[in-house]
Amino acid sequence: MNPAQLYSQPAPYLVVAAFLLAVGIYGLIRRRTLIGMLISGELIFAAASLNFMALNRFTAPDQSVGQIAVLFIMGLAAAEVAITLSIIIAVYRNYRSIVSKDLNELKG
Amino acid sequence: MNTFPFSDWIVAAIFIACIAITVTGALIAAFTKRIIRSVCGLAICCLGLAGLYYFLNSPFLALMEILIYIGAVCVTIIFGVMLTEPDEPTPENFVKPFPVIAPLVGLAIGAGVFLGIAKLSLSGNWTAPAALVSDGSVKAIGIALLTTYSVPFELISLVLLVAILGALVIARSGRTKE
Repeated sequence: MNPAQLYSQPAPYLVVAAFLLAVGIYGLIRRRTLIGMLISGELIFAAASLNFMALNRFTAPDQSVGQIAVLFIMGLAAAEVAITLSIIIAVYRNYRSIVSKDLNELKG
Repeated sequence: MNTFPFSDWIVAAIFIACIAITVTGALIAAFTKRIIRSVCGLAICCLGLAGLYYFLNSPFLALMEILIYIGAVCVTIIFGVMLTEPDEPTPENFVKPFPVIAPLVGLAIGAGVFLGIAKLSLSGNWTAPAALVSDGSVKAIGIALLTTYSVPFELISLVLLVAILGALVIARSGRTKE
């Protein structure tokens, strides 16, 4: 494996995607606030996008399919962030806190 | 063959720099205590990802990554940070239930996921396609979006509309007079 041609092989992209997924899962477990968990979720989205793009570039006969899939992922991520932040703001207004440990009351 | 000396190695160095930026940004996003630094880490990570997309023959998606993630998602999260009090609880008012075990368990799960998936992706037999149907240019993406993928394309605009309306309704509900 020629190190100068590293960028034309799928392995480095897939390993970076696996790393992003692992860091995202770690953050999702360890973060104590809702916004921190949201950021970790974005890292997992990024890992999925990078996986789509790498496999699209190196194994798919139609090179535009993966790019369109990643465009859809970006659109869904933007919608998800908008909804999540409005929920976080509503939660903050009720509890004066977005620490996930404090959110322990149900209505009913 | 190349007109510019060492151009292969310069390209390889830029590629490794993109990977380093992505990894560093992800680590900053997951490990810092202050949430605003975490958002900046996410922005750095997306910048490195845009570089990786460029190496994957897709300058269009590199531009979109910067435009949507850094320009829209990170700025929206910063608005959320301004409107709430997002920092991790300080030790004075928060007793950690498992101060030693919990980070180790998180690290073990993260390392397990990383090692497992990295081993799978390194051992996978990724065969190149025999013939390319489409070259993945911006023109090909546009044609595919308006022919093959026209229904998902319209549906995602509907999803965005509903998301905006839903966000307005949810965030507004507490603002009426008590």
